[in-house]
Amino acid sequence: MGNYIPATAEERQAMLATLGLRSVDELFASVPAEVRVRSLNLPDGLSEMEVSRKIGDLAAKNIRFRSVFRGAGAYRHYIPAVVKTVTSREEFVTAYTPYQAEISQGVLQSIFEYQTQICELTGMDVSNASVYDGAVAAAEAALMCLERRRHGVLVAGSADPQTIAVIQTYCESRSVPVTVLPTKNGAVDPADLTAALSDETACVYVQSPNYYGVLEDMDALTAAAHEAGARMVMSANPISLGLLKTPGEYGADIAVGEGQPLGLPLSFGGPYLGFMACKKELMRRLPGRIVGQTEDHEGRRCFVLTLQAREQHIRREKASSNICSNEALCAMTASVYLAAMGPQGLRRAAENSAAHAHYLAAELAKIPGFALRHQGREFFHEFLTDCPMDPERLCAALAERGILGGLPVEGGLLWCCTELCGKKDMDELITAIREVCAQ
Amino acid sequence: MKLLFERSRPGRRECLLPPCDVPAAAFSSSALRASAPRLPEISEIDLGRHYTELASQTHGVNKGFYPLGSCTMKYNPRINEEMAALPGFTDIHPLQPVETAQGCLEVLYEAERLLCEITGMDGMTFQPAAGAHGEYTGLLLIRRYHQSRNDAARTKIIVPDSAHGTNPASASMAGFTVVSVPSNADGGVDIEALRKAVGPDAAGLMLTNPNTLGLFDPNILEITRIVHEAGGLCYYDGANLNAVMGQARPGDMGFDCVHLNLHKTFSTPHGGGGPGSGPAGCKAFLEPFLPSPRVRKENGRYSLYDPERSLGRVRSFYGNFLVVVRALTYILTLGREGIPEASAMAVLNANYLMKKLAGHYDMAYDALCMHEFVMTLEKLKNETGVSAMDVAKSLLDYGIHPPTMYFPLIVHEALMVEPTETESPETLDAAADAFLAILEKAKTDAAYLHGAPHRCPIGRPDEVRAARVPVLRWNFDSENDK
Repeated sequence: MGNYIPATAEERQAMLATLGLRSVDELFASVPAEVRVRSLNLPDGLSEMEVSRKIGDLAAKNIRFRSVFRGAGAYRHYIPAVVKTVTSREEFVTAYTPYQAEISQGVLQSIFEYQTQICELTGMDVSNASVYDGAVAAAEAALMCLERRRHGVLVAGSADPQTIAVIQTYCESRSVPVTVLPTKNGAVDPADLTAALSDETACVYVQSPNYYGVLEDMDALTAAAHEAGARMVMSANPISLGLLKTPGEYGADIAVGEGQPLGLPLSFGGPYLGFMACKKELMRRLPGRIVGQTEDHEGRRCFVLTLQAREQHIRREKASSNICSNEALCAMTASVYLAAMGPQGLRRAAENSAAHAHYLAAELAKIPGFALRHQGREFFHEFLTDCPMDPERLCAALAERGILGGLPVEGGLLWCCTELCGKKDMDELITAIREVCAQ
Repeated sequence: MKLLFERSRPGRRECLLPPCDVPAAAFSSSALRASAPRLPEISEIDLGRHYTELASQTHGVNKGFYPLGSCTMKYNPRINEEMAALPGFTDIHPLQPVETAQGCLEVLYEAERLLCEITGMDGMTFQPAAGAHGEYTGLLLIRRYHQSRNDAARTKIIVPDSAHGTNPASASMAGFTVVSVPSNADGGVDIEALRKAVGPDAAGLMLTNPNTLGLFDPNILEITRIVHEAGGLCYYDGANLNAVMGQARPGDMGFDCVHLNLHKTFSTPHGGGGPGSGPAGCKAFLEPFLPSPRVRKENGRYSLYDPERSLGRVRSFYGNFLVVVRALTYILTLGREGIPEASAMAVLNANYLMKKLAGHYDMAYDALCMHEFVMTLEKLKNETGVSAMDVAKSLLDYGIHPPTMYFPLIVHEALMVEPTETESPETLDAAADAFLAILEKAKTDAAYLHGAPHRCPIGRPDEVRAARVPVLRWNFDSENDK
């Protein structure tokens, strides 16, 4: 019904007349008759009011949880009101890749600001303008490290399983062997890494805090990788970097991660964004858009897309990646979030998330059968516990109380807390678990 | 414009989070960062003004005409945004039990069904987050198909010389060698060259149809037949689907797999370069190879499953879900009649604008175009010194986003114009007037055009300098930068 076409029937006829045509069908003369659509099995169009009802009904079929204790790659944090206001401005929403710098300084500058913030967060020299998500960032980073003689990739088994799967897809198609390192007590044993390294290893991919929330021994792992001449790709939760040691401080060569926690809602998995930053010497291997500062002919500071000799529209099959559209508006969202929070706000988000997780772990440990799985390991805002009953059944019972419990993983539950999971919510969770377990 | 960092003052902060209500977690000192990240410390009012200023220097579809060829900068309906912002979607965790996310799964299922009908495919994944990502996924399907038949010799992907740069780049990422075939005099695929290129080593052909010259290849059925007879598969790059949606289906043209750009054809916004969505669709025989997980419907309930011979994952979760919500809203709005009407008007608008410019500017091909057309300014440049770049930059002074420049590569001094169906005749007339005024100026005052734009916030940037001395982040130690 709706179609957003301004031209009236009279105007369409007049336009056709200009072309010496009588009907729009004549415009498709080059399309062979055999492939012309005769009937399209689509529903009739709807008015805005009807479609709004229909889509609204779909949204209403989903259950929104009052308390969310599940992370595993997607995190519900508080999103400051200003973030949504700024990033829903029509200018930003309806622009495309800033090819024409003269009328795109807003988008270009915001990417430059984002790049700076990501460098500050990760302790790296150079950031790109984002890739699709954290998993793709990890895969692209692994590909960045390939050398003629170094063609193998080692991946920590303690990393997010979806990320490992994406790395495997990207590497398989380039015939790059991927070895997944074993996990001991929730983390990679540096001795296992040393044993797996060879002079054919291009890079090691480690996530810390890892899938289980555990902080890896990054100093030892990075030293081992570098000792063998391999590069270290470290993935980190960006909120944790408000508090915890940066990939740069550990000596990693490339830092990547899922940027969703920085002001993006859960959204059933997307849009999210992958951040990628690296040491200066790898700058020309970075995939994707990069914005640089320059001047116009009058000496005014301005920003442009730069280092384009890496990219597909110039290099075609020899490009560092095929990426062109990335997650620009999500990167701007992350940038506005980081600006709104500031260093203190980000630190508080990290500290409160960690504090809540540690409180919850301690309270859960008081209930028989919910022991912390990885004893003696430091963890950030996620942790794995045992579960004395079918974890799915426990979660179903919690769901009835408006609580999204931990994710069933390896027979136990992988819990997550953010600053949104306050003491009251956690105490309510504990009470609920005790009730369910007592039944 | 000041940068965020130049607006920052130490100690300025907002009250966004409460103090912690439980004891702090104790971390060993070696786990902590040495110093805080130098994020801006900025008041909310200054933050708001900062972005208002940035927005004032950003050209979007809602600010003015945006005929950027091959990018389909159509109007992004506001209802799409409202639907995508519903908390019933934004607040749903991707790993919630599927019984609690039935609405989300229904969105994916319905969108897949409708887009399969529009493309003539049987199955589709929304995991790819952008067009190039969808290309990569489609090529992986082709790779898996040949692997499943132990046909290891098929290592080459054929790409016409008019293709987008992403095509060869995606083929290369998917582990293929790229073979380029030339275009014929009419801008279509050179059939003889194609015949020579397809052999037992051909994995498949990637084709954009209508192609980047804005022309529908009339030999399309013969092209796909030649590839199939040689044992290869045919991949449809959906970048230009806006010309033919509801008029002709890639599946009926003989294509085995496709990718779409929901952020082009299906009206979802481009966001300054993403988030997009690049679903990859395929015929039934390729469905077992699609990425995991897929959505199915049984007895009215939706669930997720892994296809038996899945290629794995190309992204986490299910792709850019909220973009799919927008596209579904759009398709339901347009429906059976609106979809072909949109493509017909996209083609009519392009031909109308081309007609108004033809006779003044040279067109690369003298034929009716589809949704876009390509001009060649070679003669103008030889006669006046005014280049495609000069004309493009001059359009900026008229508040018009320039066409795609210097693409496709096979046309010299190319400008590729795609008006889309959502522009009114008066907008097209005004754009034509601007083009013609620039042409007049080219004959009398070329120097003025070399210096364009004259009425934008900045003049042409020094791109050589940007690449030679890369400054890719704010330098906190030299705060007196201009």
